[in-house]
Amino acid sequence: MTDATELTVTLPARSRKIPRQRAKWHGAVALVLLGAVLAGSALLPDGALSVNAAARALPPQPGHLLGTDMLGRDIAARTLAALAQSVQVGLLAAGASTLVAVVLGLAATFGRLADHAVGVLTELALGLPHFVLLIMIAFAMGGGTTGVVVAVALTHWPRLSRVLRHEAQTIAASDYVAISRALGRSRLWVARHHLVPHLVPQILAGFIVIFPHAILHEAGLSFIGLGIEPHLPSIGVMLSESLREIMAGHWWVAAAPGLGLMLVALAFEQFGEALRRLSDPAGGIA
Amino acid sequence: MKAWLPPLLTDRLIRLAWLLPLAAVGLFTLISLAPIDPVQAYVGGRTSQIGPEQRDAIAAAWGLDRPAPERFASWLGQLTRGNLGESITFNAPVLQVIAARLPASLALVGLAFALSFVLGTALGLVAGATRGGWPDRVIRTLAVVLAASPGFWVAILLVAVFAIGLGWLPACCATPPGQLATEVTLAERWRHMVLPVATLSVVGIAPLVLHTRQSLVAFLDSPAARHLSTHGATPLRLAFGPGLRHAAGVALTLHLAGAGELFGGSILAEAVFAWPGLGQATVRAATGADAPLLMGIGLATLLFVFMGNLLADIAARLADPRLRTPA
Repeated sequence: MTDATELTVTLPARSRKIPRQRAKWHGAVALVLLGAVLAGSALLPDGALSVNAAARALPPQPGHLLGTDMLGRDIAARTLAALAQSVQVGLLAAGASTLVAVVLGLAATFGRLADHAVGVLTELALGLPHFVLLIMIAFAMGGGTTGVVVAVALTHWPRLSRVLRHEAQTIAASDYVAISRALGRSRLWVARHHLVPHLVPQILAGFIVIFPHAILHEAGLSFIGLGIEPHLPSIGVMLSESLREIMAGHWWVAAAPGLGLMLVALAFEQFGEALRRLSDPAGGIA
Repeated sequence: MKAWLPPLLTDRLIRLAWLLPLAAVGLFTLISLAPIDPVQAYVGGRTSQIGPEQRDAIAAAWGLDRPAPERFASWLGQLTRGNLGESITFNAPVLQVIAARLPASLALVGLAFALSFVLGTALGLVAGATRGGWPDRVIRTLAVVLAASPGFWVAILLVAVFAIGLGWLPACCATPPGQLATEVTLAERWRHMVLPVATLSVVGIAPLVLHTRQSLVAFLDSPAARHLSTHGATPLRLAFGPGLRHAAGVALTLHLAGAGELFGGSILAEAVFAWPGLGQATVRAATGADAPLLMGIGLATLLFVFMGNLLADIAARLADPRLRTPA
C-alpha cells in the first residue's frame, strides 16, 4: 500500500479531481432518483392505486405502461408508491443503524471495558448469517414496519462502527484531546466536541453505504411476510404477490418492482463507493 | 500436523465457548420479547373448540406459566443434553426437523459455493487481465448490478424466463409433485436444482469478482509479472497461471468467510422455489410463531458461520505463510 500512496503524490494535481467529480456525479444521480421517487409517488392522482376489474392482467401498453396485475392495479403507479414506501423505511432504518454505529464506535474510546463490550457485540452480530439475524429481530418485534426498522438498525452497524472506532481512537490519542482531558473535560464532552465533528464525513459516507443494504433487506423481509404490512404497497409485498402471477406468464408484474428497487440500490451503492474512494483512494473495493 | 494449527483451533474453540452461550442468551431474550402467544399460534383456527382451561393446560404442559429465567435455565439444561425442544409447526423434535431439512439446503449451498467460486474467480481474472477493455467493463457492470439486485427477484426472473417462458426447467420444489421419493430419478433431482443453484451462485458473486480482479491487477503491476511479460506471456496466460496462484488464496478465504451469507440467500431462494430445506423451515418458523425451531435454527446457523470463518482462517494461513505466526 505504500507504493500506492507514493503514486498518488507523484500524480499531477488535476487527477485528484476525478474521484471528487465521480462522487458529485453519482451523488447527483442518486439524489435526483430519490427525489423523483418521492415526488412521483406524492403526485400520483387519486385512485391510481385502486383496483380496476375492467383492466385485469394487462401486459404493458399505452395507458398502462408497465401493465396491470390480476386485480387490475397499474404496476407503474404501484411500483412508484412502493418504492417511496421502501425508500422512507430504508432512510429511517439506515439512519437508526448509523446512529447505533456512531454510539458503539465512539464507545470504544470510553475505556477498555467498553471497547471489549463493543467487540463482543460485534462478534455476536456477525455470528449469524445477516438475514437469519434480521428474521430473528423482526420476529422479536412482531414483524411490521417497526420490526423492519429495528431489525435493520440492529444488524447493519458493525462495518461502520469499526471504521469509526479506528478513526476515533486515532483522534483520541492526539495531544489536544489529552489536553482537553487534563483540563477536566469529560469523555462525553470530548466525544461530542472533538470526535464527532471530525467523523462527520465518515458518518455520512457510512449512512449512504448502509442505505441500499437497508432497502434490499427490507424488501427481503417483506417478501417472506415479516416486513411491511401487506396492505401497504411495498416492493417485497409486490414481488411476493407476483409469485402467483408469473406462473400464468405475467412476467411484467415481477419485472418492474424489482428493477425499480435495483436502480435505487445501484445509484446509492455507486454513490457510497465513490464517497468511500474519496477518503481512501488506494483501498480495496468491497 | 502443522505447528500453527493447534493454537488456531484452541483460540477459535475458546471463542466458540463464550460465543455460543452468549448467543443462546441473546436468542432466548429476542424470542421472549416477541409479542406472540405460542398457545394461540398452536390453537390457530380451532379457537371455538378450545376453552380457557385447555389453554392453561397447554401452557402448563409447555412450562409457559413459569417465569422467563426459569424457562431459560431449563431450556439451557435440555440444550446441554442435546434436546432442542419440540417444533410447533412441524410437530416433531427440533433436532429432527433440522436434521431432516439440512441435507436439501446443504446441497444447494454447497453446489452454489463451488460454482460461484469457480465462476467468480474466472470472471475476476478475465476482468483483471483485460483491465480497461470491454470484457472488464461488462464483467464489472454485471457484478455491480447483481450486487444491487434483490436475490429473490433474480430467482423470480429466472423462473419467469427459463421455467414459464421457455419451459426448460421446473419452477418449483425439489422433486416433481405427486411422485414418491423413491420414484424420482437422479436426472429429475438435478433438473430441479438448476435454477435455485444458479440463483444462489450469482447473487453474492460481486465481492469475489472485484477482489480477484484487484489482486490480479496488483500482481500484473509487480516486477515478476513485468519480467514474465517481457518474455512474451500474454495478460490472460499470466492471469490463469501465476496470477491465479497469487489470487486464489485470498479469494478462497473471502469466499469461505462469506459462506454464512449463502445460507441467508438460501432462505429467500427456498421461499421462491418452495425448496424443502432449512431456509423454508426458517420462514415457516418465523411466520408460525415457532420459537423452539427458530432458536434451534439460530444456533445451527451460528455453528455454520463459525465453521466457515474457521475454514477461512485455515485457508488464509495455508495460502500465506506470513499469517501463520500470530501478530
